[in-house]
Amino acid sequence: MKDTNESRVTEDGRTIGGILMEMRNITLRFGGVVAIKDISFDIREGEIRAIIGPNGAGKSSMLNVISGFYHPQEGDVFFRGEKRPAMKPYQVANMGIARTFQNIALFEGMSVLDNIMTGRLTHMKSGMLAQAIWWGKAEREEIENRELVERVIDFLEIQAIRKTPVGRLPYGLKKRVELGRALASEPKLLLLDEPMAGMNVEEKEDMSRFILDVNDEFGTTIALIEHDMGVVMDLSDRVVVMDYGKKIGDGTPEEVRNNQDVIDAYLGVAHD
Amino acid sequence: MFYREAGDFNTSYKQDNQTFPIKFDRWRYYAVLAVAFGVVPFFINDYWANAVFVPFLIYTIAAIGLNILTGYCGQLSLGTGGFMAVGAYAVYKLMTAFPDVSIVIHVILAGGITAAVGVLFGLPSLRIKGFYLAVATLAAQFFLVWLFNRVPWFYNYSASGQISAPERTVVGVAVTGANTEAWAKYMISLVFVVACAWLARNLTRGTIGRKWMAIRDMDIAAEIIGVNPLTAKLSAFAVSSFFVGISGALFFSVYLGAVEVGEAFGIQKSFLVLFMIIIGGLGSIFGSFAGAAFLVLLPVLLKNTLVGGFGWATDLAAHFELVIVGGLIISFLIMEPHGLAQLWRVAKEKLRLWPFPH
Ligand SMILES: Nc1ncnc2c1ncn2[C@@H]1O[C@H](COP(=O)(O)OP(=O)(O)O)[C@@H](O)[C@H]1O
Ligand SMILES: [Mg+2]
Repeated sequence: MKDTNESRVTEDGRTIGGILMEMRNITLRFGGVVAIKDISFDIREGEIRAIIGPNGAGKSSMLNVISGFYHPQEGDVFFRGEKRPAMKPYQVANMGIARTFQNIALFEGMSVLDNIMTGRLTHMKSGMLAQAIWWGKAEREEIENRELVERVIDFLEIQAIRKTPVGRLPYGLKKRVELGRALASEPKLLLLDEPMAGMNVEEKEDMSRFILDVNDEFGTTIALIEHDMGVVMDLSDRVVVMDYGKKIGDGTPEEVRNNQDVIDAYLGVAHD
Repeated sequence: MFYREAGDFNTSYKQDNQTFPIKFDRWRYYAVLAVAFGVVPFFINDYWANAVFVPFLIYTIAAIGLNILTGYCGQLSLGTGGFMAVGAYAVYKLMTAFPDVSIVIHVILAGGITAAVGVLFGLPSLRIKGFYLAVATLAAQFFLVWLFNRVPWFYNYSASGQISAPERTVVGVAVTGANTEAWAKYMISLVFVVACAWLARNLTRGTIGRKWMAIRDMDIAAEIIGVNPLTAKLSAFAVSSFFVGISGALFFSVYLGAVEVGEAFGIQKSFLVLFMIIIGGLGSIFGSFAGAAFLVLLPVLLKNTLVGGFGWATDLAAHFELVIVGGLIISFLIMEPHGLAQLWRVAKEKLRLWPFPH
């Protein structure tokens, strides 16, 4: 866990590279509420990084800082070693950072297919005129991207609901479609805010498998927030623990599990 | 039994992307086009052209335009009448300033000018939403009508303050002016409506359409997938106003011939087009046709049956029409926000499974 930029190979044979994203001394306040208090941590290329902590600890706020919804009063975000200027969410998306939300944020009026197709928007460059006459580049681009989206649909095993309006889907499938939309953009960094909240055991297992496969097959770096300690211990390479906006632990699942601060603050009261 | 997709296999994404993936739908669509181009022009007379077909076609273009902004992109506008007026005055100024240029080009340019004006009045949408945006577009409506009334340059300093369309021809046939024949008015409107519907369909099924719908359904999520709300909303205003401008240009030059702005493009027009897309179906090109047809035909029907058939007084029939339209708007908003287009879709869905609903 030194601050070197060397890569290492994990026990299961995945390569974890240098630092992809680094949060340095982030402080975020809402009026009098301090949501994040002077937190620093990094995310390495190819790893699965978990952020855990009780409700209200500031985990979602941290993802919102990364994806440009919140702008911290203090501290900086570094991407591939360079300080990132204040960015709007759509600019962050164009850098190759995709995410899902704690409360699903899908386009309810559109079909599953169209929702996942929107994940390709950052890659689709044909001009408005070409689209208007549906000629040449516009049509070619649509078909190429459709092929890629179909692979995502196959991967997530949601072929049967391709044309269903998202509004009609049950909760568990919506979470899956939202993951699909994020995956379709082929992100370098994937942020998942409680991807398994509210799921039954079987759905959780499916989702865990998808997350591991994404990381393994495409080498996608993943930062996820999760409450289920079992899941976190199984999935993640390293864990950041937050409590009341402060970082109280950072390390491998083992290290975190044995950290007395973490046990006091979190593990004892978890499993809600 | 007759309406089936059996035997229709889409073997490529290109086929699956078609506007009418079911063969039967495609045939019906070609049949409608064939009748519209090949049969109607030979039978149309002044009454049918002026009371039904020409206003139906021209309103459809406006409805498509508003549907892009409101139905697809979720930005409510009450300025449609004002933007139609921009199209009308733009085409008037162009027709009189450059009499040698084709009217078709003038109409398209009028759409372009309206698009620019639409973007200007769309700027507030970056800051305000829903009700407040509607009020801002309402302000645009009143401002534009006031402007065309007050600045004599727009109506070429004519004594009446009206604008009237000089005669212009397309391939030697008059399409504007007093000597225009019914079929010529019909044909030029038809050509424009088909072209506009085709463009709108292409835009709404592709990248830009998905951006608009993303903004409509959830603007936060739209940003997270990389949609710049600024360009997405302004492009919706531009494209929408382009169509509305073309509609206004044709409404003035082909349909009415002479226009007094407050009368032809007042706030009632904004509401009429809005009602068309609510009744026809928000977020549907077909719904724009259905809604325009419905609201153009309704008064004609009522007049013929109530006044002609039962001998009601004309103003009573007109009031009755308001009651019906009001009732329909409320019931559609409550029960079927996707309008006639959705009812049609549901009917087709049922028909596809009939007679074995399970
Ligand atoms: N937009 C906001 N405005 C005001 N307070 C906020 C906002 N977002 C988060 N907070 C506050 O920040 C704290 C951390 O919230 P959050 O990041 O959602 O926690 P977690 O995801 O760990 O449950 C909470 O006290 C919450 O009320
Ligand atoms: Mg949270």
